[in-house]
Amino acid sequence: MTEPLARPPRKNPVLRTPLPTLPPGGRSRVGLGLTAAAAVGRFMLQHCRDCGAVQYPPREACHACLSVRLRWRDTDCGGELLSDTRLHHSNDLFFRERLPWRLGLVRLDAGCSVVAHLHGDVGPAPARVRLRLCLDRAGQAVMMALPPQDTPDMNDDPQLREMTCDPKFRKVLVTDGKSMVGQAMVRALASAGADLIWVGHAEPWKRMPGAEGLSALPQVAWVPLDVTDSRSVEELAGEIGGKVDIVVNTAELHRTHGISGRRGVDTARAEMDVNYLGLLRLAQAFGPALRGRAADGVPSAVAWVNLLSIYALTSFPAHGTYSASKAAAHSLAQCLRAEVRPAGVRVVNVYPGPVDDEWNQLLPPPKVAPAALAAAVVKALREGTEDVYPGDVAQEWFERWRDDPKALEREVSAGG
Amino acid sequence: MDASTTMTDDTRTRADASTGAAALGAVLAALASGRIEVVDLTQTLSPEFPQIALPPEMGQCQPFRIEEVSRYDERGPGWYWNNFSCGEHTGTHFDAPIHWISGRHLPNNATDTIPPADFVAPAVVLDCSREAAADADFLLTVDFIERWESTHGRIPPRAWVLMRTDWSKRTDPVDYQNYDETGQHTPGPDTAAVRFLVEERDAIGFGTEAIGTDAGQAVHLRPPYPCHTFMHGAGRYGLQCLANLDRLPPTGALVFAAPLKIRQGSGSPLRVLAMVPR
Repeated sequence: MTEPLARPPRKNPVLRTPLPTLPPGGRSRVGLGLTAAAAVGRFMLQHCRDCGAVQYPPREACHACLSVRLRWRDTDCGGELLSDTRLHHSNDLFFRERLPWRLGLVRLDAGCSVVAHLHGDVGPAPARVRLRLCLDRAGQAVMMALPPQDTPDMNDDPQLREMTCDPKFRKVLVTDGKSMVGQAMVRALASAGADLIWVGHAEPWKRMPGAEGLSALPQVAWVPLDVTDSRSVEELAGEIGGKVDIVVNTAELHRTHGISGRRGVDTARAEMDVNYLGLLRLAQAFGPALRGRAADGVPSAVAWVNLLSIYALTSFPAHGTYSASKAAAHSLAQCLRAEVRPAGVRVVNVYPGPVDDEWNQLLPPPKVAPAALAAAVVKALREGTEDVYPGDVAQEWFERWRDDPKALEREVSAGG
Repeated sequence: MDASTTMTDDTRTRADASTGAAALGAVLAALASGRIEVVDLTQTLSPEFPQIALPPEMGQCQPFRIEEVSRYDERGPGWYWNNFSCGEHTGTHFDAPIHWISGRHLPNNATDTIPPADFVAPAVVLDCSREAAADADFLLTVDFIERWESTHGRIPPRAWVLMRTDWSKRTDPVDYQNYDETGQHTPGPDTAAVRFLVEERDAIGFGTEAIGTDAGQAVHLRPPYPCHTFMHGAGRYGLQCLANLDRLPPTGALVFAAPLKIRQGSGSPLRVLAMVPR
């Protein structure tokens, strides 16, 4: 059984903060298919359309019949651990710092064999396992063998924690805690064992129903933060930037019109200022310290969460300017991911469908409850995924978008 | 034009200039000696200073924002400067008649067309600080003004009427805005007082320390926002978010309040200065 993670001791400030190292990150283009699946928490392998063979590692052609008609499909993740070994030596800098390290050979029920990292609760071979495609610190897919059923405290396994961004004992900044989503996020992170949650609030004279209730949580510390004000962002980063392990950017501005629904650009500009430039300001101010602390012991800096929207992928014309600002933020979040991935910091982009809040009042259900959205974020951090599509609308749009973005554009412009 | 006429005109011109120059010279001498003090009635423009907030579905006045362009660095090695942005009604600011629908058709109603002579005017200060401390929703009444006049004399025509509430001393933005579930609670004039100041006293404008010339709950007065409605409807001006009104005498100050010359501007942030005899 996994030893539950003990509260880490305070950092010894006379010791140098270790620099982050990464596991080997090179992948072929076809190998990135595994990364795409891991990013959304799916277990997918290549299946041959002609002979039905399942193969690993990914290749350009079927290993059985040489057909190039391969497709990525969700695959049964069950398997048998055939052999296991404990690594006590490595010349790779990343693994050298984390020895010993368990590895094993797994025969998948789907018919192929893989070398996988082993969770501590997986017994010696032979043993039943289920495989998970995880993103490692380099942001690339690796196979991790987990026990067939969940075990207590299994997320605290040291090897699994190297793949995930569990908020337990970590210090989190939620950039806007006054909105319904922000409040739900703070509560979910507190339940997930976050050590300290800084909760940003702009325009302190505007009281939002329920927000004051957060003060009762012992982990909560309100901090002034207005993402439209560069100095506010810089000052907060100066104060706490060196301690934040996870940034959850919930700050957003949402108005509900397209181009012709409202004269002028004032609300569209305000949306861009919060949703796009706000992220840029936060990333410039908090990014460097996060990168610098990515190997800072057990509660290292580990993740950056962006609350985007499924409308970032294709415009929802009824909320067209909001969609555009989220598309800009989506693009910038990809840039942020590229800039922090070399340090091993994960950018988690969340693309919910319509949230059940005041700005979506007139949209019919299904709508994502703020608590469900927050739970999806915590789940992503615990499981180490980086693209999250919470809610039925987001799931459906995402599938349609993967299938054919042009068709989705036409469907949505016809009313969804 | 014959020689004698020319000589007469020249003589008169020289005499007037001499009078004006003497007056300005006296002012300068009084400034230098401290017999006239310059008092700054302006709040510092900063991102933290609260701005007026309308219901979120309406258009909003943007707060003051400032972004560094360079600071002796790779973006500009030898110089420091910023870009700033804000709404016309941010910080200590001036309201032109065109700001309100009641003043929209008046001539010379915008920041670029108001006669510049109107930017220099005497001011009277009505001290409502005790009343505002006791009641955040305090409304200035005709009765209050007449009692003030019985002590300090009749308000002169074309004077700024400044309502001192010490609201500017509320440095915490939460206290300054003073919101609850029913909105903002800040003092201002009632409808009859505004009409009295415009129609009976010919005031050039009305100034306050809180975020509007109207009271925080003025949407519930009849008509809503009477100070905006009647002052601007009569071509008069507004000043809000003023500071240091406690350093002005009840009468005798001279106020300089010139908005930025924005084409068809409805108002602008500005530096408001008062010359005060000591």
